[in-house]
Amino acid sequence: MLSTLYALLFYFATAMLVIGLGLRIAKYARTPAPLKIPTTPAPTTRSGVFWRMTREVTVFESLFKSNKWIWLFGWMFHVALLLILLRHFRYFVDLSHAIWFWVPFETPFGIYASYAMVLGLLGLLVRRIVVERIRYISSPSDYLMLLLLLGIALSGMNMKFLSGTDIISVKMFFLGLMRFQINPLPTTPALLVHLALVATLMIIFPISKLLHGPGVFFSPTRNQVDNPREKRHIAPWALELEK
Amino acid sequence: MASLDMNAEGGPRLVPDDVFKIPKLACDAMADSHPYPAYPEHNMKIGFPGELLENWQEVAIAKIGELAKRNRAFQVYLDACVKCGACTDKCHYFLGSGDPKNMPVARQDLLRSVYRRYYTFAGKYFPWLVGARDLTKEVLDEWYAYYHQCSQCRRCSVFCPYGIDTAEISMAAREIMDSVGIGQKYCNEIIGKVKDIGNNLGLQEKGLRATLEGLEEDIEDDTGVSVRIPLDEKGADILLITPSADFFAEPHIEGLLGYAKVFHQAGVSWTISSYASEAANFGMFIGSYENMRDLALRIRKAAEDLGVKRIVFGECGHAWRVAYSFLNTLAGPFDFLDPNYPVPQHILEFTWDEIQKGTLKFDKSRNDHYRLTYHDSCNVARASRMGDKPGGQFEIPRNVIKAVCNNYFEMDRDTIKESTLCCGGGGGLLTDEVMDIRVKGATPRMTALKQVTQDHGVTHMAAICAICKTQFSKVMPKFGYEMDSIVSVHQLVSNAIILDGQETEEDADPVGEAAAAEVS
Repeated sequence: MLSTLYALLFYFATAMLVIGLGLRIAKYARTPAPLKIPTTPAPTTRSGVFWRMTREVTVFESLFKSNKWIWLFGWMFHVALLLILLRHFRYFVDLSHAIWFWVPFETPFGIYASYAMVLGLLGLLVRRIVVERIRYISSPSDYLMLLLLLGIALSGMNMKFLSGTDIISVKMFFLGLMRFQINPLPTTPALLVHLALVATLMIIFPISKLLHGPGVFFSPTRNQVDNPREKRHIAPWALELEK
Repeated sequence: MASLDMNAEGGPRLVPDDVFKIPKLACDAMADSHPYPAYPEHNMKIGFPGELLENWQEVAIAKIGELAKRNRAFQVYLDACVKCGACTDKCHYFLGSGDPKNMPVARQDLLRSVYRRYYTFAGKYFPWLVGARDLTKEVLDEWYAYYHQCSQCRRCSVFCPYGIDTAEISMAAREIMDSVGIGQKYCNEIIGKVKDIGNNLGLQEKGLRATLEGLEEDIEDDTGVSVRIPLDEKGADILLITPSADFFAEPHIEGLLGYAKVFHQAGVSWTISSYASEAANFGMFIGSYENMRDLALRIRKAAEDLGVKRIVFGECGHAWRVAYSFLNTLAGPFDFLDPNYPVPQHILEFTWDEIQKGTLKFDKSRNDHYRLTYHDSCNVARASRMGDKPGGQFEIPRNVIKAVCNNYFEMDRDTIKESTLCCGGGGGLLTDEVMDIRVKGATPRMTALKQVTQDHGVTHMAAICAICKTQFSKVMPKFGYEMDSIVSVHQLVSNAIILDGQETEEDADPVGEAAAAEVS
């Protein structure tokens, strides 16, 4: 019963994440940028833009320029989340396959990263509460988002370091879902909380501020080449005005 | 916790604290800052309803959707903000006023909250959760107040991890307001004037010709050399498009004299057009692509009618953004011009090229009565380029200044180049009824200037934007400077340039006299 419920929940969450995000990305990709608006100085070549965007999404360059504390906590959280996500591959894939050779090596980093993730999130949460300017701009959803991520991290750490769970069965459950079979899911409370929160995150991803993830790649101030004099840039709807 | 508190006060920075001293939040301190509303005829002249529509709410909400389809920046920026707070201490209007709605993210949220209410799942069903709100008359009034406290300077966009540009949001907000019949008089009236007459001032061809002839006489009186400032001369090589303030305001005129002397000495033929006698394009301020395009097409037409080979823009900030970044889009392609030169060129690119070619001679000592710093105008710095390398917009003006002046000092590095502070008067705010926010917005720049005055005895600040020049000449006296402490970069060029055949004795040199007067 519980297994079925969680199976349905994850099918729904995956559909929301994939379809919702896909539609949003398609919308961004289809919407024209009528004018050249890169924040200058900006690269004058496509490869330059690629490098700018790479710096932006790997080391959060603009945020670093802006505020070292937000950068520290934010970057710590994001990198930790990445390491943890990579570690989670071991629960979804057949590790005997050669392309997953790196997973066992990455595993210990994923474990340490959980501390960094919690620290980063706590830092962001404390700032949201104590810094007057940030408190002013925060809505309930902004706090809840941090609490949701903290809940995911802490329930996961609870399983890893304290309560434990039958991880083999968990893996069978998820491998089963990929083959449209519902295998029994262990009923460890920490696991159920962890999975429910993760599914929630997947569901709200395409309809919340988490869209900053795909959004940054479509941001004209960051992804445009600075070459308006050399190359005429014009949106399809603007071309209509010339007829 | 002490460290976090320290951050609330600005964090470890390499700048004098007082430039970026973060004010205590003063809620609604600037809520009453309202520029004069446009008259019905101003709005209708540029394609908008004259007065607030009956069904304004419906129209405004639909307009949000339409703009989100037309402009990816608007759509992505409404979605992507995570309220991280990185921008909250970056706006000069916030630093100067303490009003939290002048924090970039809060300014965006005035509109984002409405977008969420009508266009997102969470906002439709759980508005309290995501801070979504209905579009009411109060919200519209708030938009009018605070979207006219943004100079579209893009400082926030430098520091946003997603590059969210509040200028894009405030332009959209102004277009939405215009489309329901709420226009701002200063911008809308001026756009109408350019459409009718060709410049922001409403200066007719006859008046313009007389003004330019007067300036030619001034140059001849000063230098003994006949330097022309041609108007509507067909077949000239270069069409100069310059802000109309260059024809009548100080220190702008001095800059125009500088351009004329440089063109003269470079031996090129050039002309001003009475039909397109305005570089500024206020269509950008109100976010109206169509109006911006109409004004840009005047420049194209002037270039075609006069049969010029090149277009050069005078010193103007937002104008250079429209020229450099948008002109090719709005009015291109310019395949009828000489392909050996970029279209358009900035006057500083032209002058710097000539300096490098060695065609210009200078006596730098003629600017010795100045101890100078340079204010990077926001839209030149963050929305355009000069030369062929990124950052040329910082280097070329400085190169020219250093070629003509001996005493040059930089302001704090977090207040120049891409981090430059706005003058406080850009983006359609250069109108006297909002002087309060203009002065508050100028405060951070003035604080940085005072720093170099203390440290290096700086007396004058050079700029390359008509708005900066007008704004500073108005507000500098409030900060203990003379109104002529703001100078044009080409004014410095004009002072130092030695024209062929020019009398060079010190006693015949009015600049030398001025210097002597100031020293005594």
